[in-house]
Amino acid sequence: MQPLEAQLKQFVIDNFLFGNQNGFKNDHSFLERGIIDSTGMLELICHLEKTYQIKVQDSELVPDNLDSVNRLAAFVLRKQAAETMGASASAS
Amino acid sequence: MQVEQFLEQSAERYPDKVALICGTERLTYVTIEARCNQLANTLLSGGLNRWDRVAIYMENSPETAFGIFAALKAGGVFLVVNATTKVDKLTYILNNCRASVLITTQKKLNEIREAWVQTPYLQTVIVAGTDDLSTIDPIDKKMISLEQAFATASAERPARRCIDIDLAALIYTSGSTGKPKGVMVTHLNIVSAATSITTYLENTPEDVIINLLPLAFDYGLYQLLMAFKMGATLVLERGFAYAFVLIETMLREKVTGLPLVPTISSILLQMDLRKYQFPQLRYISNTAAALPTEHIRQLRASFPHVKIFSMYGLTECKRVSYLPPDQLDIRPRSVGRGMPNEEVYIVDDVGKRLGPGETGELVVRGANVMKGYWELPDETSKMLRDGGFPWPEKVLHTGDLFTNDAEGYLYWMGRKDDIIKTRGEKVSPKEVEDAIYAMPQISDAAVVGVPDEVLGSAIKAFVTVKPGATLTERDVLRHCKERLEDFMIPKFVEIRESMPKTGTGKISKRALALNMEGSE
Repeated sequence: MQPLEAQLKQFVIDNFLFGNQNGFKNDHSFLERGIIDSTGMLELICHLEKTYQIKVQDSELVPDNLDSVNRLAAFVLRKQAAETMGASASAS
Repeated sequence: MQVEQFLEQSAERYPDKVALICGTERLTYVTIEARCNQLANTLLSGGLNRWDRVAIYMENSPETAFGIFAALKAGGVFLVVNATTKVDKLTYILNNCRASVLITTQKKLNEIREAWVQTPYLQTVIVAGTDDLSTIDPIDKKMISLEQAFATASAERPARRCIDIDLAALIYTSGSTGKPKGVMVTHLNIVSAATSITTYLENTPEDVIINLLPLAFDYGLYQLLMAFKMGATLVLERGFAYAFVLIETMLREKVTGLPLVPTISSILLQMDLRKYQFPQLRYISNTAAALPTEHIRQLRASFPHVKIFSMYGLTECKRVSYLPPDQLDIRPRSVGRGMPNEEVYIVDDVGKRLGPGETGELVVRGANVMKGYWELPDETSKMLRDGGFPWPEKVLHTGDLFTNDAEGYLYWMGRKDDIIKTRGEKVSPKEVEDAIYAMPQISDAAVVGVPDEVLGSAIKAFVTVKPGATLTERDVLRHCKERLEDFMIPKFVEIRESMPKTGTGKISKRALALNMEGSE
């Protein structure tokens, strides 16, 4: 399986750049570069929730979490860790 | 009155009040007035003549506002070009209106350098975001750093050069020929429309209005103009993608006015808004496409104390109608009645006025109606026609089909032509088709609007591929993204074996829209 960053980058290239990865880098801001608009952001969040089994809270809809491939990857890892801990805590 | 006086009068009345909040910047009226005077004086010393066109090409920012008011103060005509416009179209627009000045950012400059040699009328480029232009080859243009202008130019207000029937702005919209056309708007047009709108919205100097829409779009532009007219505060956002950022900003700045379009409301309503309190929020306005009934219900539940204004308009007269908030539950699908100081009526094909329940073209009379399209007399005479009064007067034929009820409330029924209204912008199918035809693999392309609850209409492209060529939907979308503004990119692409044709061999868009095979 591809590393998380590569998976997310591929999703962005496929869905928002329609396959054109010309110079697109993992630290590029989606908003500054006009890569993802408001409706695209909805698609992205749906994808994160479905693919990585996380639940994105309203208060997490901020650029710090979502505005580049690197930030997305860090956010997904943080969420998965927190949700795994939460699940094992409730199971014990 | 002239449009720059919106700023000048507010700067005199409320000099130290915060007029504009953008990111971390908070600018008072007196500061903005000084910056705009400095930029106006820079334009004047650079030789700007009365009525010269000043193009502004950048994302929403304080500098966009400075460009608008400085152009007016210097006696010029401003145009704000959508920041997602590609270089070919920007070049077309600059040449079409023979703009002599372009105000842009250093970042944008790199993307549009290839336009330089093709824009013979453009003399001066003013660059925001840098005070060092030494590394940029000016070719044949005079390059000025905006920061340098602020450091050196006089902040004294220049003498007024215009009167209120002079042009103030050109607002480019999609034309049926596939080329954009410039809607000519006078100072009087803007003052009239802004006065009518602020009257029915009951705006006051205490208002804090948040603008998420591009200033190139007239709905966005007017948020700035009306806020400054009232001496209110504008929270200017670069755009809208992060719903929680909007919530935080609204809470922090105690926003009183929230102008929406249905795409924004659908994202906002994904959140559980009942968790937050917005005691200061006074009104929400909506235009571009009618709000889906479900959005209205949810907005009402989330903001029970807030007035919701459902509105309709077109760039050629700015706004046509608004539905008084107390009518929203009674007639949720109506866009209301004509705004103050404006008359609207519905006519048949020969210009006869129609009664309630009949469908025809909406006609608008008022001081808000445009002067015409820039250097397009034929297109102008199609839209502005003799009103049949004992005095000479042209009225605006909107091209929009409407019906009204017994109380005169208007209901939008569709377009007379094939122009697609999506996200409140008009899109000419021809412009999108021309872009698609530039792909060598394409045999036929036809673009239509399909009903979409949130967008009004969504753009759908049907294409056929030349024998032996291969092409995917994504190839078409990628190509469109490289050539068209974001709102013109099709939402759907369908690759077909063949196109339905009419008896004369043309592609039958009606058959495509109905998604039927065969010929008519």
